[in-house]
Amino acid sequence: MNSVFFLVLRRMRAPLIVLIVFYAVAVLGLTLVPGENEDGTPAPPLSFFHAFYFISYTATTIGFGEIPQAFSDGQRLWVTACIYMTVIAWSYSILTILALVQDKAFHQTVVATRFARRVARITTPFYLVCGCGETGSLICRALDVLGRDFVILEKDEQRVEELDLEDFITNDPAIAADGRLSTNLLMAGLRHPKCRGVLAVTNDDEANLAIAINVRLLNPEIPVLARVRSPLVSANMASFGTNHIVNAYERFAEYLALAVASPARFRLIEILTGLPGTPLPEVHRPPRGHWIICGYGLFGKAIGRYLALPGIDMTVIEPDGKGPENGHTVRGTGTEASVLEEAGIMVASGIVAGSDNDVKNLSIAMMAKKLNPKIFVVARQNQAASDVLFDTFRADFSMVHTRVVAQECVSVLTTPLLAQFFGALRDTEESWSQRLVALLEGNCEGIVPEVWDIKIENSVGPAVYKALMENHTLSVGQLMRDNADREVALPAAVLMIVREGKSYLLPDDDFLLRADDALLLVGQHDARSALSLTLQNANALEYILTGEDRHAGWLWQFLFSKHAKGVDKH
Amino acid sequence: MNLEKVIFAFFIVFAATLNFGFFIGEIDRPELHNIYELFAAIVVNIIATVLKFGDRTQLGAVLLSTSLVADIQLIAAAVVWAVVVHVTGTGMTPEHTSSVVSLSGGALLANIVSLVILIVETVMMRR
Repeated sequence: MNSVFFLVLRRMRAPLIVLIVFYAVAVLGLTLVPGENEDGTPAPPLSFFHAFYFISYTATTIGFGEIPQAFSDGQRLWVTACIYMTVIAWSYSILTILALVQDKAFHQTVVATRFARRVARITTPFYLVCGCGETGSLICRALDVLGRDFVILEKDEQRVEELDLEDFITNDPAIAADGRLSTNLLMAGLRHPKCRGVLAVTNDDEANLAIAINVRLLNPEIPVLARVRSPLVSANMASFGTNHIVNAYERFAEYLALAVASPARFRLIEILTGLPGTPLPEVHRPPRGHWIICGYGLFGKAIGRYLALPGIDMTVIEPDGKGPENGHTVRGTGTEASVLEEAGIMVASGIVAGSDNDVKNLSIAMMAKKLNPKIFVVARQNQAASDVLFDTFRADFSMVHTRVVAQECVSVLTTPLLAQFFGALRDTEESWSQRLVALLEGNCEGIVPEVWDIKIENSVGPAVYKALMENHTLSVGQLMRDNADREVALPAAVLMIVREGKSYLLPDDDFLLRADDALLLVGQHDARSALSLTLQNANALEYILTGEDRHAGWLWQFLFSKHAKGVDKH
Repeated sequence: MNLEKVIFAFFIVFAATLNFGFFIGEIDRPELHNIYELFAAIVVNIIATVLKFGDRTQLGAVLLSTSLVADIQLIAAAVVWAVVVHVTGTGMTPEHTSSVVSLSGGALLANIVSLVILIVETVMMRR
């Protein structure tokens, strides 16, 4: 049963007993004190009924005023005592309730109970987001744009209060609780039948590890995504089967290397993994040649590992002089002109300002630009609070930790096929990516498009599924028509079709669809809803195939067929 | 020894004995059933009920419900008494007395159930 109810009952025990005892004594006294008639002769005391009636109104109002009969002085004396007794008893009860309401533990119980009830009532699939700092809120906002539900578990109370002010479209429950504890995870719906996945994106590696372990043990069915910085924790997570480990440093280093090696392919990945609804990222073309890496911590090491490409040689600047064993290392922070000159800033084509201090990174970047205006600057931004500074400086390429993690989480969660597509992308020519990027940029009007996948099956697209099962032919080009005007193609593209384990990249318009095909699509939100109508609605599909607007209602059919007959006669 | 348990057992037993004291005697003779005893039984019963508030164990829940039953029966007896004495003005006739006393008899049964549960709980604890 409800724990709030029990808490109130328990705390109210003492005041209630005081109240009962005082009432009982008052009533009993009144039934014992002798009364007085109007003419002064002694009268019997009040009966229980009259005494109870009198005390009932005296205790609550003091002075309500109807006396069964005139009181004797003895009765007056007793009633005076009664008034004080009952006032004390009532004040005590009310003060206890007030203290209870202000009690922090009580407040917490009320909030937790309400939260648990809301989570239990969720009927749509949802994700459990643990940690809603900078990364978490980016993820939540992206999920919100995509119309997915989520439950937020965040340690910081103030942050949860701020979440109330964020205008999410969906109304999602959030609570201030530590995600490391299994009870909190269970309360937030870890074993809820509609829970589709858990995101461990707190800024604490240990907490993320604890959450991942909890999910693996308590509900092994659902996938868990964990954000991680240290390679040690990452290995630990992998050992017990965390579905997806997001290491922002590694990922960014990989992207930077890809941007150097094959810019078009990188551009394609950047567009497809961007957070839907945000502006398209700028084009980055980091050059080959001499690179300087400032800061050789976890981030710097990852960059060093991935940038070891042909045509690139590196110099590391590190305060304690501990660089890579076979590389060139300069001792210093990188903010001093002399250190940069020693590292070869004049001939360098790129510099990575990658320490864990935002001000230091900006200062490195500005000094580098001053010494060598043509240099390509990669700046690492650690805190969202420095947004304004970094926006003003405009590095050629910024690494924002939170954004990298959020992008990866959202793309993995919402479109499992995307990873397969990227895998297939490795075997393609650079020019192929170039063509696709041009197509996407033309389609999406400067805003990151949505990427989604659909499977042609009865539950997702009953109309198309039925048509295909009845041996109608339907090509990709036909499917991608606008169901409001079939002359117009939808502003969306099919990236890949997976059929019986085989994938077909970028199928052309004549590619014939089959039932049970899985499609990976990219396009704007409007195109997505139009397509989902075509998939579900037989009339919309009919219109796209034949150009005839068939109406299914019997009245429409009657009128339509009559009209057709009339035309025949003439 | 747990003071809370002592107080708790005290009130349950006290409620049952007061209830019994009112109930005992020929059912239709008003002079054998003291109204003060009924009053005391009601007050002690309600206190016993409040003492069980907030007990989340299974036995605690059963004790609370039997106690509530006794409260309802005793209050019903008091209401019948008040109506026949003050509202209809017939006074305590043998029929009315017997209905008041039989209501308190029902409450007594509930109180005996409470007692049995209390004893069972104690025996289980001593194991």
